[in-house]
Amino acid sequence: MSARSAPATAEQHTLVRADLPPPRRMLSGDHVYRVVWKLATDVLVGYCWCGESHESEDPIELWEWLLDHPDTHGSDGDGSA
Amino acid sequence: MPSWPVNQWYVAAYSQDIKDELFGRTVCGEPLVFYRTSDGEVVALADRCVHRRYPLSRSQLVDDQVVCGYHGFTYDKTGRCVAVPGQTRIPRSARVPAWPVLEQDSLVWVWIGDPELADTSRVPRAPWLDSTAYTTVRGMEPLKARYDLLVDNLLDLSHETYLHGGYIGTPEVAETPITTEVDEDAQVVYVSRHMDDAECPPFYAKSTGIEGRITRWQDIEYHPPCLYLLHSRVAPVGTPDPVEGQPDDGAFHVEVAYAITPETEHSTHDFWMVARDFALGDREVSDFLAENNRTVVLQDVDALDVLEVVVEGEKDNYQELSINIDTGGLAARRILKQQREAGAAVTAEA
Repeated sequence: MSARSAPATAEQHTLVRADLPPPRRMLSGDHVYRVVWKLATDVLVGYCWCGESHESEDPIELWEWLLDHPDTHGSDGDGSA
Repeated sequence: MPSWPVNQWYVAAYSQDIKDELFGRTVCGEPLVFYRTSDGEVVALADRCVHRRYPLSRSQLVDDQVVCGYHGFTYDKTGRCVAVPGQTRIPRSARVPAWPVLEQDSLVWVWIGDPELADTSRVPRAPWLDSTAYTTVRGMEPLKARYDLLVDNLLDLSHETYLHGGYIGTPEVAETPITTEVDEDAQVVYVSRHMDDAECPPFYAKSTGIEGRITRWQDIEYHPPCLYLLHSRVAPVGTPDPVEGQPDDGAFHVEVAYAITPETEHSTHDFWMVARDFALGDREVSDFLAENNRTVVLQDVDALDVLEVVVEGEKDNYQELSINIDTGGLAARRILKQQREAGAAVTAEA
């Protein structure tokens, strides 16, 4: 278990949006990053375990964003970009 | 710093390979010799006699002890020298390193790193490889390429469409978006590709007997650095999705596994396994899957051997481009980098 702040709830990761694949999580850990592919587009949507999300068409840029926003952890992110 | 993580477990061999005879294999640049004692225990020692560096794998195994094939230095299973030729005094430094070993799920794992840090609870599991509920075929192909090229290859299965057409590749594999997850604490990368209505490639059509289109799920679970699991679910279109806790009887399940073990900086042991929960014990299906999967692996080997030459030749100005299909591969690279740095830090402290 990491000493980092409390993980997001599953609900924060699994907001249902019509333009995204079904929000079925495969891994059950407390600190899971998730990247889905926006349906019928080239856009990737990345979710941090804290609930924050970000969209990008470049997986390198997306991973950099996911790993570089620790200041937002623990805030009341609503899961939107 | 080597290009692979140290202080990690790697698959060195299949259980069936290690018998009461000496078996030499280099893992992560370390020449090792393996054998099984009369009690069934697997032993791994450095494959070099302390005297004149002769490979112990070219020696004799007598009463669970290794007798060097050059001058007769004799070692017990802990690597301690118990006899030298022509004299009774055994030099205090006459010892070869013994390496921590774990035999689990039909695999022989060896710990590459500080023996004090070897924690067997960290070895990832693949119980189907050793289960009577599955029938498994397996093999190992030598790869003349660095291990991370194989990691890249396996984390992005869209290449199946182009490199493995006619075997496991169909157009839908490259066309279907993936979902990627990374568990930071457990250090697992998961890449999921679910095809709702896909052509059934010969690999599955002939082994399962399915005629017509299929629902095809590919769920990759990579435990860096060594173990790669592909949970493959194939079912005729219209079969209900599985419900957790209930049998998924309408579908065929194939558990493909790879152990990606560096041999040297430019070569890799490519272990492959295919476990199925149907046609159990059917020799014809086993032969078909073994032959076809080996062909697929050799297609990868051929491509990656070429790529190794290219990458090595361009190492001073190497450039590449990543797109959406590489999301999982990029995550795997990042965890491998973390593991390399963590291993180097521990080594530096020692």
